[in-house]
Amino acid sequence: MNDWKKVCPLDEIPRLGSRQVNSASGTIAVFRTAEDEVFALRDKCPHKGGALSQGLVAGKVVTCPMHSWKIQFENGEAVAPDKGCAKVYPAKVEGGLVWIAL
Amino acid sequence: MKKQKLVMVGNGMAGCRTLEELLKLAPDLYEITVFGAEPHPNYNRIMLSPVLAGETKFADIVLNDLAWYRDHGIALHAGKQVVKIDRKAQKVVAADGTEASYDRLLLATGSSPFILPVPGKDLPGVIAYRDIADTEAMIEAAKHHSHAVVIGAGLLGLEAANGLKIQGMDVTVVHLADWIMERQLDKTAADLLQKSLENKGLKFLLGKQTAELVAGESGRVAAIRFRDGSGIPADLVVMAVGIRPNTALAESAGIHCERGIVVDDTLQTYDPKIYAVGECVAHRGVAYGLVAPLFEQARVCANHLARMGIGRYTGSVTSTKLKVTGIDVFSAGDFMGGEGCEDIVLADPSAGVYKKLVIKNDTLAGAVLYGDTGDGAWYFQLLKDRQNIADIRDHLMFGGHHVGGVGDVGHSGHNKAAAMPDTAEVCGCNGVCKGDIVKAIKTHGLFTLDDVRKHTKASSSCGSCTGLVEQILASTVGGAYQPADTQDKPVCGCTDHAHGVVRAAIRDKKLLSIPAVMRELGWKTADGCATCRPALNYYLISTWPHEAEDDPQSRFINERAHANIQRDGTFSVVPRMWGGLTTPAELRVIADVAEKYEVPTVKMTGGARIDLLGIRKGDLPRVWEDLGRAGLVSGHAYGKSIRTVKTCVGAEHCRFGTQRSMDMGVKLEKMLFGMWAPHKVKLAVSGCPRNCAEAGIKDVGVIGVDSGYELYIAGNGGIKTEVAMFMCKVKNDSEVLEYSGAFLQLYREEGWYLERTCHYVARVGLDYVKAQVVDNAARRAELYERLLYALQGYEDPWAAAVKQPGEYVALEVA
Repeated sequence: MNDWKKVCPLDEIPRLGSRQVNSASGTIAVFRTAEDEVFALRDKCPHKGGALSQGLVAGKVVTCPMHSWKIQFENGEAVAPDKGCAKVYPAKVEGGLVWIAL
Repeated sequence: MKKQKLVMVGNGMAGCRTLEELLKLAPDLYEITVFGAEPHPNYNRIMLSPVLAGETKFADIVLNDLAWYRDHGIALHAGKQVVKIDRKAQKVVAADGTEASYDRLLLATGSSPFILPVPGKDLPGVIAYRDIADTEAMIEAAKHHSHAVVIGAGLLGLEAANGLKIQGMDVTVVHLADWIMERQLDKTAADLLQKSLENKGLKFLLGKQTAELVAGESGRVAAIRFRDGSGIPADLVVMAVGIRPNTALAESAGIHCERGIVVDDTLQTYDPKIYAVGECVAHRGVAYGLVAPLFEQARVCANHLARMGIGRYTGSVTSTKLKVTGIDVFSAGDFMGGEGCEDIVLADPSAGVYKKLVIKNDTLAGAVLYGDTGDGAWYFQLLKDRQNIADIRDHLMFGGHHVGGVGDVGHSGHNKAAAMPDTAEVCGCNGVCKGDIVKAIKTHGLFTLDDVRKHTKASSSCGSCTGLVEQILASTVGGAYQPADTQDKPVCGCTDHAHGVVRAAIRDKKLLSIPAVMRELGWKTADGCATCRPALNYYLISTWPHEAEDDPQSRFINERAHANIQRDGTFSVVPRMWGGLTTPAELRVIADVAEKYEVPTVKMTGGARIDLLGIRKGDLPRVWEDLGRAGLVSGHAYGKSIRTVKTCVGAEHCRFGTQRSMDMGVKLEKMLFGMWAPHKVKLAVSGCPRNCAEAGIKDVGVIGVDSGYELYIAGNGGIKTEVAMFMCKVKNDSEVLEYSGAFLQLYREEGWYLERTCHYVARVGLDYVKAQVVDNAARRAELYERLLYALQGYEDPWAAAVKQPGEYVALEVA
């Protein structure tokens, strides 16, 4: 069963930005899109482990700051032709707060 | 909304490329139906010669397999030839009665080989060379017959002859003209080529006109007879005397055709519902038979089919490369020269090398290379860009690496792509070998540098191997290679506009935010991407300082966090040391910070300052606060911005010094503090011509002399070393500030994002820069003034971050 955890008020994550979140399951990157949707990925690029939370967000994709792999929020997959996957955690906004499930 | 119906007639490379481009732009706009006369999915026709030569197999040259059609919901009618277009009812009809109606029709019917109208042309054993069926017929014939005659010594004919020879046949090439490949080569190069093909065992009969093909007892062709009465045995005849655009279908529907189906610059035919691309087309009177122009057409056509309406096809310059293993021939443009042209020729017959460059109005008009084609891609780029070559004319013949055109770091003396073994490392950043690149090009059907970058990562990091990757691409795909359009290349996949267009729009329409730019210029993606957003952000803040919005989320992490991200996710901190000068108090604070935050590595940088490496992001604001107490501010070691001003000791102490270089360096660095630029900017000031500050490889290098200062610009010590060029001499410190500042402002206003000063000056020319900065005092004053205005009131970003440390700290969940 998913265990929803409160992260922060939505305002604390910039639009088209992200925050790093330390948790019992390791470091997680929480992203906020232009439309105020939130997504959470393991903060580790499947390529060489770059911190995805430090990447540039566009649409529902983050570009890793290390070697510019593009990782998709909804399934964690790298955009082709790169191949690899970052773990996806369920995330939601409720009552102005960001929640993730570990 | 109900989907529109798009029908494509012809399932070849041009048509399928158009569909691919269209699906990228508007995946859901059309319900697509494709008719192809051949019973195959789309394959890479230019690789037929390697199939014939036994170097690759058909399965390896399929570009779009059946799954591709299925995945994109495309109905494929393979093996069904369309015989009728009913324009009134907007439908097409195939030979077997299959019908499909359309809202838009795309004709990509290709071309047919021209068959000589001689007696015996229909005999068994007489074929053309056009598709996989012909290729298989030749391979089959080689098993049972021995005498092959290829009529036509063009590109295709010679590749066919070479393949048949490898398949074990005795091959004679018959040609009407006096030398082979006369449409691509001059006589000297053609003679060299003929000789090396003769060494491979091919025979040639030149100046021969075919009169008749004679049948033998079995009814199969047995001999060929010429107009002069002579003849030779032939049990396989391959006609390769040219192609004709397939216009019959279009003509029968009353669509205007000349040499091919006539289209305008948007690839639209005279019927606005009908578009045409590829070899079947006549554009401005030219029908192209090489694949590169067809891809350019495909891109433009797809854009118009997707109703974006951007882009025109204005014709192509083409190049040719023969795909015969072991023989290097390259030609492009107007290689014969003539009125108003001059030739530069290098001939070394015993080494088998011949090069001819045709110059017209200070530009390269054409080139023929034989034996050493390593610089073909570079010449082609010069030709296509119509770059003025007056400055480099004296060493033009010796290739790109002599004039700084091709990055070749780590490949000195070893930059001939064709000669490299497959195991040689090409891309030193990503560890990609030549064999990996060639394999990716062949198996994925890649034709452009961008494709190769995406699939292999070669040339996608520092870019120093770009020239080499282009050479490999050119030598693998031959005439299909089209160099990137460096002048008009779109910023990224989010737009069709080039950097220059975007800059002009921001300036002319006074756009002040990224969303405003995207709206005005019709960006294809809602938020842009990691390539265009940083560029747009820079263009905005550099064009409208103090007015445009600076969007931190559109900056790379280093500029957002004001520190350099390292491979383990920690950051490095480099405080500014003006002109490389420091004090005991500053050093004490740095030492204290290093201990307090357990900084694992403390290092001197190349820019004469101290780097603290391995700092956790959450600690950054506190580190800066401590440093700030001693007056240390951001060194911008992380930004596309002013980095350092390196100085020598100068007249302050040095017995040779003629000028006070430390003092000058500090003044320059203070003036430029906070200057964002298209790329990083480094300066140096030396106190005398011994130049201990290494000013010769800086964006701006200042060298003190007894009577003043010499200013050098556009040097680069990085990826590819570029020696800075002399701009002018000035009298005193304030002139150094004004002239340097004006040059840097010019670069800030006109440079493209990620273009270093050396690339910018190479693009616009040193003479242009001098005209703006040196010769025109009014213009110089304006530029200088705008620079000072932009930098007014700049606040140290570290001090600002100390006040708002929130985002640096990671959140915690239980």
